[in-house]
Amino acid sequence: MTVVRSVLDPTSAEFAANREAVLAALTELDAEHAKALAGGGAKAVARHRSRGKLLPRERIELLLDPDSPFLELSPLAAWGTEFAVGASVVTGIGVVEDVESVVIANDPTVRGGASNPWTLKKSLRALQIARENRLPVIQLVESGGADLPTQKEIFIPGGQLFRDLTRLSAAGIPTIALVFGNSTAGGAYVPGMSDHVVLVDGGAKVFLGGPPLVRMATGEIADEEELGGAAMHGRVSGLADHVASDEQDAIRIGRRIVARLNWRKRGPAPLPSLPPRYPEEDLVGIVGPDLSRPFDPRDVLARVVDDSDVDEVKPRYGPSLVTAWARIHGHPVGILANAQGVLFSQEAQKAAQFIQLANQTDTPLVFLHNTTGYMVGREYEQGGIIKHGAMMINAVANSRVPHLSVLLGASYGAGHYGMCGRAYDPRFLFAWPTAKSAVMGPAQLAGVLSIVSRAAAEARGTPFDEEGDTAMRAAVEAQIEAESLPAFLSGRVYDDGVIDPRDTRTVLGLCLSAIANGPIEGVGSGRGDAGFGVFRM
Amino acid sequence: MITRVLVANRGEIARRVFRTCRDLGIGTVAVYSDADADSPHRAEADRAVRLPGSAPADTYLRADLLIAAARAAGADAVHPGYGFLSENAEFAQAVLDAGLTWIGPPPAAIAAMGSKVAAKKLMADAGVPVLPELDPGAVADSDLPVLVKASAGGGGRGMRVVRTLAELPAALDAARAEAASAFGDPTVFCEPYIEVGRHLEVQVLADAHGTVWSLGERECSLQRRHQKIVEETPSPMVDDRLRGELSAAAVAAAKAIDYVGAGTVEFLARNDGSFWFLETNTRLQVEHPVTECVTGLDLVAAQLRIAAGERLPAAPPEPRGAAIEVRLYAEDPARDWRPTGGTVRRFAVPGVTAEFDVPPRPGIRLDAGVADGTPVGMAYDPMLAKVIGWAPTREEAAARLAAALAGARVHGMTTNRDLLVRTLRHPEFLAGRTDTAFFDRIGLGQLASPLAGPDEVRLAALAAALAGAATRRRDARVLGGLPSGWRNVPSPAAAGGVRRGGADRRGGLPVHP
Repeated sequence: MTVVRSVLDPTSAEFAANREAVLAALTELDAEHAKALAGGGAKAVARHRSRGKLLPRERIELLLDPDSPFLELSPLAAWGTEFAVGASVVTGIGVVEDVESVVIANDPTVRGGASNPWTLKKSLRALQIARENRLPVIQLVESGGADLPTQKEIFIPGGQLFRDLTRLSAAGIPTIALVFGNSTAGGAYVPGMSDHVVLVDGGAKVFLGGPPLVRMATGEIADEEELGGAAMHGRVSGLADHVASDEQDAIRIGRRIVARLNWRKRGPAPLPSLPPRYPEEDLVGIVGPDLSRPFDPRDVLARVVDDSDVDEVKPRYGPSLVTAWARIHGHPVGILANAQGVLFSQEAQKAAQFIQLANQTDTPLVFLHNTTGYMVGREYEQGGIIKHGAMMINAVANSRVPHLSVLLGASYGAGHYGMCGRAYDPRFLFAWPTAKSAVMGPAQLAGVLSIVSRAAAEARGTPFDEEGDTAMRAAVEAQIEAESLPAFLSGRVYDDGVIDPRDTRTVLGLCLSAIANGPIEGVGSGRGDAGFGVFRM
Repeated sequence: MITRVLVANRGEIARRVFRTCRDLGIGTVAVYSDADADSPHRAEADRAVRLPGSAPADTYLRADLLIAAARAAGADAVHPGYGFLSENAEFAQAVLDAGLTWIGPPPAAIAAMGSKVAAKKLMADAGVPVLPELDPGAVADSDLPVLVKASAGGGGRGMRVVRTLAELPAALDAARAEAASAFGDPTVFCEPYIEVGRHLEVQVLADAHGTVWSLGERECSLQRRHQKIVEETPSPMVDDRLRGELSAAAVAAAKAIDYVGAGTVEFLARNDGSFWFLETNTRLQVEHPVTECVTGLDLVAAQLRIAAGERLPAAPPEPRGAAIEVRLYAEDPARDWRPTGGTVRRFAVPGVTAEFDVPPRPGIRLDAGVADGTPVGMAYDPMLAKVIGWAPTREEAAARLAAALAGARVHGMTTNRDLLVRTLRHPEFLAGRTDTAFFDRIGLGQLASPLAGPDEVRLAALAAALAGAATRRRDARVLGGLPSGWRNVPSPAAAGGVRRGGADRRGGLPVHP
């Protein structure tokens, strides 16, 4: 074993300043999470409770195995939009009867749990996670259907929800719907497309058309119970497999259903693990507010991986990127971590080779982002930086082992792609609260715009408006800064959540375990049909 | 030559006899009722024979089944323990008639003492002071209070104190019913009831060749419902002169009936030293370990040797130090001694230096009928274990025993443990003022109050919640290595419940972060 030596000095002024900045960012994050937790506000929550109903997070807590962890996904969805933070739905990965499951719970206190475009995006992301990682889906349903004013954004794409549900089933991934309240019109297909359906007596209402619509359509007069009550579906239509006497009973039945799934993980079981030798608590003191100051990712690895045991590959070649083998909570991983921000040709080739090696051994990859992108300039362009960057992106894009990305600091430009940004389908992507992601740094982007417009003015032969340029640069810088922030990106569901740096090991461990519900296979692994051997670059 | 002993009993006394048999290289046979199928005494024996059913009358009181079991298991001797058929002369005779060795006194001696009425007469004739016997039909106001006793009984079963004549008929009926159920003989009698007395008894050991030892007295005054709870030797009220008188009376009693084996002569005494013969127990007593501790004798081994015809040395060993025994019961003294029962989840007494045996030097002896996981039902006496402290002085023995009990882990049911600890630490007890009215005088309100205060209870509830969580994490098939209850977004508090005694204590635990 090779214990990584951390050079971080937790007594230094820099550490203290970084810590202060990160804790401040976490406090802001807490305030945003609190908005999601507040649901539709005190009045709506009180009204919901007065009906004897549980809140979505209470339903989830009852559903999960006691004391097991729960990773809530996309908690900031819809941040910065006209819709409530959290997007009126709670999604996450939790353990039910020792089965890691994707849980999707409507928040009926937010406009009756109606789906808006962000609800859809967040829910589809959860279903994608279920599909990619082979996790059973448990939906805790109580939704008034589509948010009608924004129906144009959700009606057409929203069909994917039901398509995904049945495709999950077709893929052998169980789908369970526990219906607590309204699940009507299109929403009726949530239980309709699920493998297992539990309806709460007196609460669930599942019909295509309610009494007013039926009356309008056919003139028939029927009440809600006749059209979609739990008792009716349990005895007459057969839509319900179980009629629960109350919400707790529905959750109990849901747990029994999971217990009977005969679930077996297809991936490797974790090996015994030891905690890191350095305190996870220090992870808030590594990255500071100024992302241009480099940090050594080995300080992070020392606090994230099992026993701080890291075996680096090519430590002296392409030193701006650390490539290393380690384990997290007993799961073997290959790690790619930016060390100096810039990716040069050597780093790109080192990454491409390392990704191939991981595919040879079915080892998941963890990308720890802190990059300003690929190096630019005459020397580098002439040295083939595009070709080498393309190798890395090629390798990342075609790698078949699971990828996990964590944005520690900067994640700019094509470096974001090469390090397996969102578009490269990492199984999970999280950001630290002080991370930023954009096409380039805000100051650089504003500067580029300024240079371009100055050149244009010169070409036109018109005088350059220096004052206007200063104002433009400030405005652009502020805008890009705002749009690079993790809350903004999280709000658009470009990541799976902003995490406390101290939780990095826990989050990665949970994700790796979830991933192991499916098989873990690299390109050509075990089948011998990779086509080529590992290219030495 | 005895090669294999069947113990016609259960629980701790069966284990106690087995221990000696093992030490002597003698084989062991247990009998067990259905309720005792999971009892340690069954598992420990070389052979075990089932007695179908659970009621004593169907099982441990069935002489025919016991003898058949002895035959089936190849036993050549029967040890009756205490209670059940231990003082049943017909059973003893049946054992002998079956060609087996009876480890106990001759049936005639049992019969002589078995009827308490007859026994008292016999003792009075031998010059031992006795309380007058009253005809239940002729009790007058001036005789009150009286004690109704089962003639064939012992261990407090069938006993009733009667203070008004109006209570008498019901008390007689109840006592007769209980005596019939417990001993198979409904005969009862009355005697004057001494309100504040001292229960003293003398252990005797007699061989078949005329040697009778007195092994000194035991005091067993602390009783609940005539059931002994604390027993000790020597008695703090007995001086050498009184000891001499008691021993002489006991030896005289044994000789009067040609007693052979281990027996106990019981007396009721007043603080002024006057005493009366109560009865003779023609068997091993529950509280025999205190005598074993101070004398260093193994009374069961002595029984076996006497049964095999061996001779006792001329004089008994000199006693050393003081020994106190407490009986740990599955009962709640604060709720009128109600039996509790359940499954013993954990049973561990710290500092035990010997089990069913005399410790090599002063220490703690444990004679337990239960182990981790033993079910304790309502079918039999709710005694879980006897814990004995032996030390150079009575004070040290009490302190050491109290500490062992206070540190004991007895999980799964309410017991009288706290009462025992408070009793052993009480100034009145330490001063030797241990008369039969002790519990009434001090008050159960004080003595039975829990050792654990509100802080300890809260901390225990917290510890239980955390231990439960840790257990669930350990047993989790996935993600067990992650922090307990980890959340990345705050969640409602997880709630759990802990039950202590009869009371529910629920508490919420904040969940990370």
